[in-house]
This record gives sequence, C-alpha cells and structure tokens, in this order.
Amino acid sequence: MFQADTPAWIIAPVVLPLIAGLFCFLFKRRIFIIALAAALANFFVACFLIYQFLVFGSMRCYIGGWQPPLGITLRADGPALLMLLMTAVTGLAVTLYARGYFSCRIADSERAGRHQRQQRYFWPLWMLLLAGLNGLFLSGDIFNLYVTLELVAISAASLAALSGKPASQRASFRYLLISLLGSLTYLLGVVFLYRTCGVLDLDLLRNLSGNGAGVRAALALLTVGLLLKTALVPLHFWLPPAHANALAPVSVILSALVVKGSFYLLFRFWFELFSPIVTQAGLNFMGALGAVAIIWGAVQAIRQQRLKLMVAYSTVSQLGYLFVAFPLSRAVEGAQVWSIVIFIALTHACAKSAMFMVAGSIYLHLGHDRIRDLAGVRASLPVTVFAYGIAGVSLMGLPPSGAFIAKWMLLSSSLVSGQWWWALVIVAGSLLAMVYVFRVMSRFFVIPEGEPLKKPAALSPLLEWPALILALISLSLGLLAPWILHILSQGTVGLVRVFPGGLS
Amino acid sequence: MITTTLYSLTGLILFGMGFHTLIIHSHPLRKILAVNVMGTGVFLILVATAYVPLGQGDIDPVPHAMVLTGIVVSVSVTALALILACRVQETSNLALLKRRNQRKETKETRA
Repeated sequence: MFQADTPAWIIAPVVLPLIAGLFCFLFKRRIFIIALAAALANFFVACFLIYQFLVFGSMRCYIGGWQPPLGITLRADGPALLMLLMTAVTGLAVTLYARGYFSCRIADSERAGRHQRQQRYFWPLWMLLLAGLNGLFLSGDIFNLYVTLELVAISAASLAALSGKPASQRASFRYLLISLLGSLTYLLGVVFLYRTCGVLDLDLLRNLSGNGAGVRAALALLTVGLLLKTALVPLHFWLPPAHANALAPVSVILSALVVKGSFYLLFRFWFELFSPIVTQAGLNFMGALGAVAIIWGAVQAIRQQRLKLMVAYSTVSQLGYLFVAFPLSRAVEGAQVWSIVIFIALTHACAKSAMFMVAGSIYLHLGHDRIRDLAGVRASLPVTVFAYGIAGVSLMGLPPSGAFIAKWMLLSSSLVSGQWWWALVIVAGSLLAMVYVFRVMSRFFVIPEGEPLKKPAALSPLLEWPALILALISLSLGLLAPWILHILSQGTVGLVRVFPGGLS
Repeated sequence: MITTTLYSLTGLILFGMGFHTLIIHSHPLRKILAVNVMGTGVFLILVATAYVPLGQGDIDPVPHAMVLTGIVVSVSVTALALILACRVQETSNLALLKRRNQRKETKETRA
C-alpha cells in the first residue's frame, strides 16, 4: 500500500496533522513533542510528494475507492504541491517559534497559568488548522473545499481569540462572522454549479461548465465569498484588527497561510475552472481592486503607530500584487501566470511570517511595540533586527528575492502588452513598501539618549532564529527560481496518474 | 417543477433576509441567528434541487449528503460563535446586551 509510487501518500498531509491535533487534546504534557513531530513529518511528506510528482507526474487518489461523482478526490499538481511545501516550511518554523514564545511568556509573567492554558489550546488548534489547509490545497471537489474552508475558519477564529484580550475577542468574533458569510456565499455558488452541471468534481466540471447564466452566477458568488476571506480592498476591514491583536505565533499563521488558502482557490477557479467565461473586463476589475489594495494598504501601513498593525496593513498591501497578476494573465503564456502568483505567495508567506515573528519578539523584549520607542533594539536583539531587514528587502522586491522575479515578470508583461498603468502601480507600491520598512528600520538604529534603564534578558534562540531562517529563505527564493519553474511547468505536461483503489 | 422553483426562491429570499440582518443589526445574537437563517436558505435550495416527484426516476443522494454535512458544520460553527459572543460580553463593556440591561436598570432606578 505504501510503495514509493502510490498516490496514497497524498492523504498523509491531511491525516497526520489531524491525528496529531486529536492527540494534543488527549495529552496534557509533552504536547509540543507531538506537534513538532507532526510538523516535521508534514514537511518530509511534502518533500516526498514533490519528488513523486517530479518522477511520476501529477496524482489523484479516490478515497476509499469511491469514484466521482460520489466519492471524494484528492489530487496533487505543481501549484498545489508548492503551496503545500510553503505551508510545511512556514508551519515548521511557526511550531518552533511558538514553543519559544510560550516558554518565554510562562517563564516571565506572574500569570503563568493563563499562558499555560493558551499554550495548551494553541497546539491542537494549530494542528487542526494545518490539516484543514493541507486539505484545501489537495481537494479536488468543490463541496469538499467548502468543508475545508470551514475547518480553516473555525480553527483560525479560535486561534485569533486565544490571547483573551477584549480587543482580540471582538476582532475574532467579527472574523468568524465574516468567514461564515464568505463560506455561505461560497456554498450558494456551489449549489448553483451543482444545479447547472450536476457534478462536484473539479475535473468533471471543467469539461461541463458552459456559458450559462447559472454558471456565471456561480462564478460571481464563489468570487465574492472567497474575496471576503482573502481580504481584498474593500473587503479587508476585518483583517488588521484580527491579525494585529492575536498572539504572535497566531498572527504569523493567519497572515502567512490562512489568507493564501482562499486566494489559491480563487485563482484556481478563475484560471482553470471558469477560464472560458472569464472576460477581460472582469480581470481588469480584479486588477483595479488589487491596485487600490497595494496603494491604500501601504499608505495605511506608513500611518500606523504600532509595529504589529503596520505589518498587518502591509499584508493588505501585498495581497494586492496577487490580484494585479489577473489582468496581465492574457499577456503571458500558459504556466507563467501561475509562476508569478506562486512567487508572490511564497515570498510573502516567508517574509511576512518573519516580520510577525520579529514583531512578537520585540513585544516580548520591550513589553510594547510602539514604533516611536523602538530605539536601541538593534544592540540587544541583533539577530531579530537582521531578520527584519532581510524580510523587508524581500517585501520590497529587491533581487534576489522571489518577489523580485514576480514583479519583474509583472512589469515586463504590463509594458509588453501596453498596459503601462499596472507598471506604475507596481513601482509605486514598492516605493511605499520601502517607506514603511525603513521607517521602522531607522528607529532600530537610533541610539537611545541617556543611560539605558536596565538590560533585559536575552531571548531564547527559538524566538530569533526561525524568523531569520524564514527571511533568508524568502530572500533566496529568486535563486531557487529555476527549480520552482520546473515544478510548475511539469504540471502542464505531466500525465495524470489515477489510483482507483484508494485505500481499500 | 413549480415545487422546485418555489422552494428555491424561498431559499434565496431566506439567504437575502439573513444577509440583510447580518449587515444591519449590531447585536451579536442577531448576527449569529442571521447566519443560521442564511445557511437554512442554502440548504433549502439544495433539498429543492434533489426533489423528484414520486415514481419519476431515482432520488439524487448527493445533495442530501451535502445538506447533512452542511448542518453539522453550521451547528459546530454556531456553537463557536455563541461562546465567542459570550466571551466578548464578559470581557468588554461594549457588548450590547449588557448595555441594554444597564439602561433598563437605570430607567427602573429612576422610576
């Protein structure tokens, strides 16, 4: 059953974190060991699936041997596997960082019991969220995707409420309601599609969906539902409070991974399932929203007084780049639009996790994250400040980061196709990103006047090094570009291997 | 055919009513109820899709499976939303339920 070439391995990324999450609920001690083992196993399985994909082509697995339209299909192709790998790498770093974060909080504070409780609930929820996200990337069935969206929403909202502050609980209640509204709109779209086409499987739908009113209504509903969850301007209002008020490891997860899940689905729908009925006007509309998001998010990020809020608004801005790729998709051929989006998503996941980790570490170190009073941090947290700088460089899109490759492709395709206004937005967004990154950076290097009050204790390496490693990964993505492009181009030509037996 | 259309339209109206309440009202409990009404609307459309008059062909099991799954999801999500609303009310003074009660109390004391 588990030879090297069976697609049954595909279920491992869903099942492993799920089992780990259940065990985390069962045990009271050593939960961290279970979570770390699951995160490591998830990482190795993701690497192994990519190896399998490179050797054998894309895979699908019918769970329990039930064929579509009744059964549930899991499938893995190039983009799905790269998103899986992104989740695995970021997830591993977050797991290590969260360990350092919680032990620091428990050791430091007088209210250790509260932080122990937070840690106790963090691990199982994080594992459930990981299972949901992996399921989202691998599902090949639109209803199954609804279930994974809900799983992600439930665990993400619970994680956001974990810090217990009134502000975070209000934000997470709103986050939950918005997620629900998004999922229900998505479900209504699924119902419309099922009424028109009679199937739920993604591959069957691609052949069946025509140009009827039902299909167009379904596309509109699916898009609105997923846009709410992806927080594109003007539907972004829930994101900054929810992300900035959560615990630091939770902000990392929400900002780097959760918004990417719904964007990935949206992109799949627009460019695979519904590509025959998508019009240039629709693509331009999405691109315009993305352009507004880039500028508006960056301006808001510049105006913020707190580091975490600045990083959260930077997420709003960076999500805009993903949408600017939409109108340019007709100007580039084939798999290239996937490579633009994947490069932005991967760079943003790594760099933004590093930034939120840095913000969390600084908060633990100083007890606040007011940008005005950050002076002198460089002397006491050199590794963290270095990580911030590297992550900032990646966000701005300087070479050799992955964002540079993506922005280069966006710029050249916009100029080649004569749509120069997108190029203006991209350049302006990068300049604004520079402003908000350097505004904080310059405070780090100011030497505080007078004697420092007291030298706070050094942070544990688990709080500093995961951020630096993620930042370096995001910076070096440009050097790994040929490898990533190879995986993406494999997906378009690779044979689909079907494994009808499933797990039977 | 008419039955299906009628039930589907009712489902759509329920969805719209729930959406309206979710946007307009600020009370947490109303918002949770509104989301439930929206969910019921979607499930109603699904059940109407599966409707086949007696003796005219087989019943399609897929929408029923979808509705069952959807109900399970909506029950668990409602439970989570309720507990979050309770927490919001306990920890913050901004919760509307509390403020209404306080207003009533002040009125009573005045009276």
